[in-house]
Amino acid sequence: MELTLVLAILVTVVGASTPILLAALGELVVERAGVLNLGVEGMMLIGAIAGFVVQFHTGNPYLALLAGAAAGLCASLIFGFLTLSLSANQTATGLALTIFGTGFSALAGASYSARPVTLMQPLFPLELATHPVGKVIFGYAFPIYFAFFMVVAIWYFLHRTRAGLILRAVGENDQSAHSIGYSVIGVRYLAVMFGGAMAGLAGACFPLLLTPQWAERMTAGRGWIAVALVVFASWKPFRLLAGAYLFGLVMTMELYAKAGGGPLSAIPSELWAALPYLATVIVLVLISIRRDATTNAPACLGKPFLPSN
Amino acid sequence: MTLSRRSFVKVGGAALTLPLLGSTAFAQEKLKIGFIYVGSINDNGYNYAHNQGRIFVEESLGDAVETVFVENVPEGPDCERVLRELAQQGCKLIFATSFGFGDSVIKVAQQFPDIAFEHATGYMKADNVGLYNARFYEGRAVCGTIAGHMSVTGKAGYIGSFPIPEVVMGINALALSGRKINPEFTVKPVYISTWNDPAKEADAARAMIDQGIDIVAQHTDGPAALQVAAERGIVGGFGQGADMSAFAPETQLTAIIDHWGPHYLASAQAVLDGNWTPGDTWEGLKEDVVQMGPYNEKVPADVVAAAEAVRTGQIDGSFHIFTGPINDNTGTERVAAGVVMTDAELLSMDWYVEGVEQPA
Repeated sequence: MELTLVLAILVTVVGASTPILLAALGELVVERAGVLNLGVEGMMLIGAIAGFVVQFHTGNPYLALLAGAAAGLCASLIFGFLTLSLSANQTATGLALTIFGTGFSALAGASYSARPVTLMQPLFPLELATHPVGKVIFGYAFPIYFAFFMVVAIWYFLHRTRAGLILRAVGENDQSAHSIGYSVIGVRYLAVMFGGAMAGLAGACFPLLLTPQWAERMTAGRGWIAVALVVFASWKPFRLLAGAYLFGLVMTMELYAKAGGGPLSAIPSELWAALPYLATVIVLVLISIRRDATTNAPACLGKPFLPSN
Repeated sequence: MTLSRRSFVKVGGAALTLPLLGSTAFAQEKLKIGFIYVGSINDNGYNYAHNQGRIFVEESLGDAVETVFVENVPEGPDCERVLRELAQQGCKLIFATSFGFGDSVIKVAQQFPDIAFEHATGYMKADNVGLYNARFYEGRAVCGTIAGHMSVTGKAGYIGSFPIPEVVMGINALALSGRKINPEFTVKPVYISTWNDPAKEADAARAMIDQGIDIVAQHTDGPAALQVAAERGIVGGFGQGADMSAFAPETQLTAIIDHWGPHYLASAQAVLDGNWTPGDTWEGLKEDVVQMGPYNEKVPADVVAAAEAVRTGQIDGSFHIFTGPINDNTGTERVAAGVVMTDAELLSMDWYVEGVEQPA
């Protein structure tokens, strides 16, 4: 394979991976705080339509990203209120949020379907991206670099700061955290809001980075991949980065192999379609062989907090 | 005439009851028609076009009909449930507009023998299940003519949903027609296993453009591929199902527009008149069920003329794209010289013509 093609594939992989990575990073923080929010797909769709509408009316992609994040955050507050304040079942509420987000975004977007927007432009001057190698490094819009930054920032926050320690404590043992005076509900609210904002931002990437239009259900299940990736990455930010890019690579290679002929196209398309799932199963098996899967999942994940005193 | 109080009351009373009588009469006659779509009516493509057909019926028949539709119905068990609900709601005519609804239609139709069902692009008929389809391939032949003239690399990409005969036929029509102009013209199909995933459609277009195609065609529901074509500045592409020029004004060379309205109107009228029978229609450019979108300004006049010749030839019957000799992509002759493929052969097409790369 020629170098230019390899570089072109890389550019597409980065595009395909970024929304998944952003949404999964948000969900990782939420789950580390002990909350399971299965509404990622719904929040992404709400973020996508909010981002689209703002981009359509203002043409300012940064405002559009902000709007997407704000919309995702608002949606997550519904989830937070039900599960944290009212102790509703997290699994059921998260699924309901996805259904709500799908319907709400379709309703809000009904009159925007026939209207294209402009894609977000690369962050760096175009001259830096004229050479294919330059393009792989400097050719992207802001959210792609932001996603990398957030991997490091979230790792640092969780493992090197006091606030991150408290958040992890809340996820591992809410009763102990509560007994030494931390607000479990407050921490979880902040985590859920952060996760919502990241999912909304991820959703806004669809009309801004990938395909400049609004289409119903345009995230097409990538929110679920993000949820699965958090488990795949065993709740670790850098593994999440690797996982998101692995999934993006498989999704993209499928298309390049089908389009390009050559040895890779000999793989049947059914196998390509199954590869992400096979990869997940293999990783889960490897993790369970090492027996750290159970120790790494936050101990209070998915359980409502009911203070015992 | 002097108007006594009594006669006023009489006349007034009669006048008041008239509309009531009228509306009860209409309420009995009013035909309820159900439509189910596999995607969203806002997809600017396939489902949008079917919904335009529904609106056409409503506008044409006014109060005589009432239409209901359900969008985003997945092909599978959900479809059966939706069909049954429409039947129980009192629909007397139901249009199932996607290939994969076929099994469900046959099943539900057996339980509701008084209801007329029509299934688009399918192949299974029954006493109360009719079939209808459009000859999209005729539009592909017009597109292929433009592609053959305008492609610089001689390579077109084709984003397909699933390898069903409907899609295979379209790929073959594009390739056959392109190769009449440029014998080196090739078509590269990529199946993405979905009708509507804009991000994947876009990535498929990127993958093909990175590997040398400069014309992109598609048999998926939205305009994502055309947008990528515009972003990368390749020669162009074709709208599918509807005019998509709003999304890529410089890039859409023309579009295949589905115009289902006349067919839906005829079926509704037949049910109203009590003489509906399960039909099996396959109409195209001639019947105006398939239309071509506007030709882009950048298509040279001689190419427009060639495209128009193919279009009018198919309307007057002098040209059929699936006329032999046709070889398949392994070099074996499938259709002898001068022979035109039958509709049955077309509707079961599972092989690719010369010039189409065998998809993975």
